[in-house]
Amino acid sequence: MIYAIRLTIAHFYEQPAANSRHLIRVLPSTLPNRQDLMAHRLEISPEPDARSEGIDFFGNKTSSCAHRDQHRDMAIRLSCHVQMHPRAPWRDMSPGVTQLRTIHQNLRDLGPSSPLHFLGPTGRLPPDRAICDFAQDLFDPTSTTAGNVIRIGKAIHDAMTFDATATTVDTDAAEAFRLRRGVCQDFSHIMIIGLQALGIPAGYVSGYLRTLPPPGGVKLEGADAMHAWVRAWCGPDQGWIEYDPTNATLVGTDHIVAGYGRDYSDVSPVRGHLRSAGGQKNTQAVDVTIAG
Amino acid sequence: MQTPQPSWSSGAHQALLGAYHGQGGNQPPQNDEMLAPDGTVKSVWGSFFEHLSNLSPEDLSDRFSRGDQYLRDAGVLYRQYDETLSTEREWPLSHIPVIIGEDEWEQISEGLIERADLLEYILADFYGDNTLIETGQLPAQLLSQNPAWLRPLVGMARQGADLLNTLSFEIGRGPDGKWWVISDLIEAPSTAGFAIENRIAMGRVFPNFFAGANIYRLAGYFQAFQQRLMDIKGRSAGEVALLSPGPMNQNYAEHAYIARYLGLLLVEGEDLIVQDGKAMVRTVGGLNPISLLWNRLPSAMFDPLELESNSMLGAAGLVQAIRDGTLRTVNMVGAGVLETRALMAFLPKIARARLGHGLKLPNIATWWCGQDSQREHVISHSAGMMVGDAFSTVPLMADPRTTAFDNATDGPDAGQLANLLRTQGHTLVGQEAVTLSTTPMWDGARLVPRPMCIRISMGRTENGWAVMPGGYARISAGDDAKALAMQRGGKVADVWVTSTKRVDTPSLLSVPKNAETQSPSHALLPSRAADNLFWLGRYVERAEQQMRIFRAYFARISDGADHSDMMPTFMRDHLMQGVAADAAAIAARFGDPLGLALQSASRISDRFSPDGMMALRGLVTDAKALDHMFVPPEDIPLQVSRLLRQITGFAGLVHENMYRSDGWRFLSIGISLERASNMCDLLAACLAADPASGALDLALEIGDSVVSHRTRFQIAANSNSVVDLLALDGQNPRSVRYHVTRSKGHIANLPTRHDDHNMSQVAKQVLLLETQLANEEPAAMTPKVLMQIKQDIWATSDTLNAYHLA
Repeated sequence: MIYAIRLTIAHFYEQPAANSRHLIRVLPSTLPNRQDLMAHRLEISPEPDARSEGIDFFGNKTSSCAHRDQHRDMAIRLSCHVQMHPRAPWRDMSPGVTQLRTIHQNLRDLGPSSPLHFLGPTGRLPPDRAICDFAQDLFDPTSTTAGNVIRIGKAIHDAMTFDATATTVDTDAAEAFRLRRGVCQDFSHIMIIGLQALGIPAGYVSGYLRTLPPPGGVKLEGADAMHAWVRAWCGPDQGWIEYDPTNATLVGTDHIVAGYGRDYSDVSPVRGHLRSAGGQKNTQAVDVTIAG
Repeated sequence: MQTPQPSWSSGAHQALLGAYHGQGGNQPPQNDEMLAPDGTVKSVWGSFFEHLSNLSPEDLSDRFSRGDQYLRDAGVLYRQYDETLSTEREWPLSHIPVIIGEDEWEQISEGLIERADLLEYILADFYGDNTLIETGQLPAQLLSQNPAWLRPLVGMARQGADLLNTLSFEIGRGPDGKWWVISDLIEAPSTAGFAIENRIAMGRVFPNFFAGANIYRLAGYFQAFQQRLMDIKGRSAGEVALLSPGPMNQNYAEHAYIARYLGLLLVEGEDLIVQDGKAMVRTVGGLNPISLLWNRLPSAMFDPLELESNSMLGAAGLVQAIRDGTLRTVNMVGAGVLETRALMAFLPKIARARLGHGLKLPNIATWWCGQDSQREHVISHSAGMMVGDAFSTVPLMADPRTTAFDNATDGPDAGQLANLLRTQGHTLVGQEAVTLSTTPMWDGARLVPRPMCIRISMGRTENGWAVMPGGYARISAGDDAKALAMQRGGKVADVWVTSTKRVDTPSLLSVPKNAETQSPSHALLPSRAADNLFWLGRYVERAEQQMRIFRAYFARISDGADHSDMMPTFMRDHLMQGVAADAAAIAARFGDPLGLALQSASRISDRFSPDGMMALRGLVTDAKALDHMFVPPEDIPLQVSRLLRQITGFAGLVHENMYRSDGWRFLSIGISLERASNMCDLLAACLAADPASGALDLALEIGDSVVSHRTRFQIAANSNSVVDLLALDGQNPRSVRYHVTRSKGHIANLPTRHDDHNMSQVAKQVLLLETQLANEEPAAMTPKVLMQIKQDIWATSDTLNAYHLA
């Protein structure tokens, strides 16, 4: 299956901005046997004075750009094709959580995908009593690690209401959990804190999701935004599994990965810094369609 | 050990010593810096103790207050900051030094150098191959869960350069007489500047003694370190700058001091920008490249783009500039990870593996509770143990959140702690609560022994690591010899390293060797500093104008006028933006700009004299008193006149005492443009008023030109004579023209950008304005023309801002 992805992120400044720098993480990853980034184009306008591409600690593709002169807006436009390979059928090979903890305590690898980075806490995701209790109550010691991951992800989905107006990009997970409302970022952050409270390594995944039109309706172009879900480490045999708590599903070929990190701030699509006297307005539009 | 000389047996000697002994109960203090266990004075202290015992308590208190006075005059104060204002108290100098012989110092130095090399090796591994973790010498969690390990810097330690160039350590002497490292201070140690300040003050307290005693001087160390900075910078064209978090940081004064002392440019994140891959400082003359930064921010704050995204202190793109090799830092960004407390638990083992022997200077015994055996040790030896956050970089004994096991009254009980350690162990460390040695402190009447530890600074030089021969001691306020007691305030003391031979005596006050490197750096004026100076000038001048209006207003009220009479109403409506007829509201019209002036000044205190700061602070305090106190209306003019004299004194300081730098020019331009503009407002309002109202005389009164008018015109004030004197007279320092001309002079002397050979836009604008004022007839100066001139003045200011300050 090949997907065509189009993304537009636009920033509008109330007062002209100058000397801006941005770090962009929107390009889909290339993941062996799972996902290949094919033809792609990332345009930035106005044309930056400097631009460079890189790879961050976690292996994500980054683009950084700088604009010197005054400008009123900035837009990032991505268009690309991504080939998704069929996934092997789901099979749970994970140990119990107690055994998992012993395994990761003895790990000595600090490479980008080492579970050790994902035990928390991070500055963005401090431990939270309520989320911890929620996870502890659900924890099933007779089940496998993967079983518990799915159980907790599903429970978060059931407990939370999707509400794009309840939270902002800066809302912390504890607050969203208190409200029992939020978007994919909040669902994912809550799940990460819950899994880490049990000693299960868990991280944040940003990417794209192919969505279907509402029943009987027509899919609106550009109506979607970038998506986020969770990955959890389930031992050396199972490795990382990915679960989408917003949709209560294990991740299959509809989820296209753009970045792995510990929390949103490791993989935020655009991080920027600029000099401007006024505020700014941001918009984001995403289209994921089948190209072939 | 030297036998005491006969003269030491004098009565005074015995009295001083006896009183000191008496503090230890029945026996002299054990483990004391000055006394040997048998109660005799150690030989390195001998001649100082003799000198001290020959001085009467009155003599001593005179000398101590002379030293304190010197510190006050020099503006050396202990600073604490809140949101906007800093509060200051006396620099807590203990006037009795800590004296250490050079042989012992040599041993300490060897131990610290060994430790510095080990830390360099560990840092390179943390940001390089991670072999310490791979081989099991360190648990992986110490990095993977450590907020001070900055992942974007991983891989950047492979360049072969020295990652660390300056370090500080805090050491203490345990009961066995041996020295222990209490903490490693890697990231932003404010040791060096404080050491210089203490040393200069001590020179004033014991001038005669100091000159003759063989005390190692500090200047040589700084010269060598300064040379090192120039060597690292190499032939690259850029500046060497010290990056400070700014005036809100408690160590800002030290940053400003050490930057000035070493001839480095003091910058804040806001000054820096990365352009074309290079770090640049925005100055009034355009962008200048920076090639070496001495970072004094917490590393995570260094770059909001790649590190802590909410950092307002750093600058975006700096990490990329380091990656690209265009920018170097004195210590590697991310080096703060070495301060992690839990690391101390593993250093002895790493040292044995690397060096083949234990550390010459061990650190305070530490156990990381993430490992079963270490955790159980902490639980079973909980008496005499401190427990705290494993990843914190604050020294354990200085952390208010530290829990002492042996102090069960205000902490959790042992059972709760054991439970905590078993569940959260990997986030906690236990550390031995060491008992520190004591050193003499003067309590006002006698010497008393107080626990102390010493902060030592070291830096690389072309001959390898050099340890500063001295430092400063922190002395506990109470006599509890547990290290923990250090957190409750206390004093600081100078540390003297003495020799049996004559020592070189370069002066700290002499010009550092690289004088040529000092001048260009300091001549550069960051745009932020210029902007603050400009606003400082404007706010002070605005306050003065409002004070004059306030005084004139209450002169009329105390003469019997009512707030609702014509003149007071005219003044409130036309000169005070319709403020309510209320003394507090009217006083706020000068109180507010004074507060803002102080804010601007405190952001640039490195470029502004301590006297100026003190004068400004006095003004703010007195203006506040007028605001809050109930002052009878008839006394207000008198009180305000006193404030006006103070503000004139401030202006005098600016004009008589400030070096004629670009900074001074921006301050002066701020004053002049504000005054010229305010005068346009005043004149326009008074000319528009009914001539019979006395508004013209009011203009002269507020414009402080009553006498000048009488001298020049010998007639009653009319609109032409008043406009002539207050707008067009080139000799009256209150006139619009006078200040436009003065601004023109300053603007002509400002640096221009390299690509700009013609007269700058701002110079053209101010010249046009001056020409207009020189040619205008008084009769043509209608309120409308005056308002146009005011607009032109601010248009000039905008151009100035866009060119030099943006």
